[in-house]
Amino acid sequence: MTLSEKILARASGRDQVRPGEIVTCKVDLAMMHDSGGPRRVAPYLERLGAKIWDPSKVVIASDHFVPPPDVDSAEILALTRRFAREHEIESFYDMQGICHVVLQEHAHVLPGMFAVGGDSHSPSGGAVGAFMVGIGATEMAGVLVTGEIWVRVPESWLIEWHGQLGEGLAAKDIMLFLCAKLGMSNDYKVMQYAGSAVTALSMMERLVLCNMSAELGAKTGIIAPDAWTLAALREGGHEVGDDALRWQSDAGARYERHLEFDAGALAPQVAAPHSPANSAPVAEHGGVRIDQAYIGACTGAKLSDLHMAASVLKGRKVAKGVRLLIAPASTLTTREAAADGTLATLVEAGAIMLPSGCGACAGYGAGVLADGDVCIASTARNFKGRMGSPGALVYLASPYTVAASAVRGTIGDPRDLLAMKAAA
Amino acid sequence: MSGAAPAPRGRAWVFGDRVDTDQLAPGYAMRKPLEELAKHCLEAVRPEFARDVARGDIVVGGEGFGIGSSREQAAQALRFLGVSVVLAKSAARIFYRNAFNIGLPVMIVPEAGQIADGAQLEVDLAAGLVRDTTSGREYRGEPVPAFLLEIVADGGLIPNLHKRLHGKPAA
Ligand code: SF4
Repeated sequence: MTLSEKILARASGRDQVRPGEIVTCKVDLAMMHDSGGPRRVAPYLERLGAKIWDPSKVVIASDHFVPPPDVDSAEILALTRRFAREHEIESFYDMQGICHVVLQEHAHVLPGMFAVGGDSHSPSGGAVGAFMVGIGATEMAGVLVTGEIWVRVPESWLIEWHGQLGEGLAAKDIMLFLCAKLGMSNDYKVMQYAGSAVTALSMMERLVLCNMSAELGAKTGIIAPDAWTLAALREGGHEVGDDALRWQSDAGARYERHLEFDAGALAPQVAAPHSPANSAPVAEHGGVRIDQAYIGACTGAKLSDLHMAASVLKGRKVAKGVRLLIAPASTLTTREAAADGTLATLVEAGAIMLPSGCGACAGYGAGVLADGDVCIASTARNFKGRMGSPGALVYLASPYTVAASAVRGTIGDPRDLLAMKAAA
Repeated sequence: MSGAAPAPRGRAWVFGDRVDTDQLAPGYAMRKPLEELAKHCLEAVRPEFARDVARGDIVVGGEGFGIGSSREQAAQALRFLGVSVVLAKSAARIFYRNAFNIGLPVMIVPEAGQIADGAQLEVDLAAGLVRDTTSGREYRGEPVPAFLLEIVADGGLIPNLHKRLHGKPAA
């Protein structure tokens, strides 16, 4: 069996499962946020007269309407707090950062877990070797009441990246490349990422691969745990034994597809409006004039992302007429970036700092776009109208490329800027 | 089963590939109540849709229908407007699940691309059959599993859960 099949077999109490089978799984962890969580599930629980099956297995993070820009949003946050208190949810992160990042920072998701999240980017949990899927609010209500959910066992694809990513490249480039290569309709697949370029990635970079499996249309993404995984979990305060490394695919596991790529040959990628599948090497979009550069979101504003941006921005200034907005992914990210000098570099270059949360990524918070605005963003998706006006044009790229474009005033390659620095 | 098995029939509204959740339930309208949000459903691609769609009408999509976020309002807006079923070549997983959970059936029809906009359709979900009474043609889709039809007949997952917990669907 593949890693995913092993997890689903364990969660459904079977010795074995096969792709295509529908099984009922016990849920190890359920995550909700302020937008799709309590305000949507509370009325259902009330109607059903039911309690949460196991509050210790529920995590709530307020990250969408934070900090509240208006009274409606403030009421949603107040409702979320009430819900967490009434249902005795101890793992409640109120404005501490974006749910997927917070979940990882606090080591809630562990290798071999079967987890669900009320957000389409819940596959992020796969970074540690868990099987985590996104579900809607009604289905979440079902999970909260029963602790179970039906799952169609997906076919596994093995996606290997050999070699090493070059300077100025990131996990985001891998995923934008894959969106163009594989398209966005790979429904009911699980993407398992492996290879030397993947295992060389930090846990937060691995999160990007699993997170953006959602853009591939996949059910989820997963990466088998290794020594780095355990180290990150222990750093997050979780006592995890070495036996967690048993969560691996069997030697003879069958994959529906096996794809191999050379990481060394990858160029920085940019996705043109209005789809991540419109990705191409940055040179093809070079010279497009931008109004806004946005470094934010679960995929694009973790500490590692801010480090990428800072490496380009150090000693440089944002181009005239361009606004560079940066919303760190969590309060911990902000603290760490303040401590190691990264924040100072960003601000010095002219960046405008925004609060931690989803912000403009989903068009909810500060930084949304006007009709005709051109933006390059480190977010995960650029569907029409997502980041504000349907008349805005949003390009996607890695934090390196977003920062380089902010400096140039036009979309451009970060590598020569980084090389200039190395030469200086 | 509490309700009769649904047998959708109505006019086809044909859309292209990858109708996403931001088109179905735009982010800028997400804080509005459903009846307001629904007015913006699909307006980015077809401004007259929300105004002109009639109860029972059928939305026909291409590949990856409902791709995007997990927002359930994408399916709720369609149901609120009276759409009786979504037919698509393929559907995004979360949208597919959400739709059934709120009582809107989705049927996978590989030949959905051949259906003309405005055609009158009759759909047999259990048999996986679409009859186009305008052209006289028939299309074969994937039959919808019985337990999902039961959820649709009950009016969605919550009434279905109510039945399981309390022996009868919620009023
Ligand atoms: S940052 Fe964007 S992609 Fe990530 S959870 Fe928030 S809205 Fe979703």
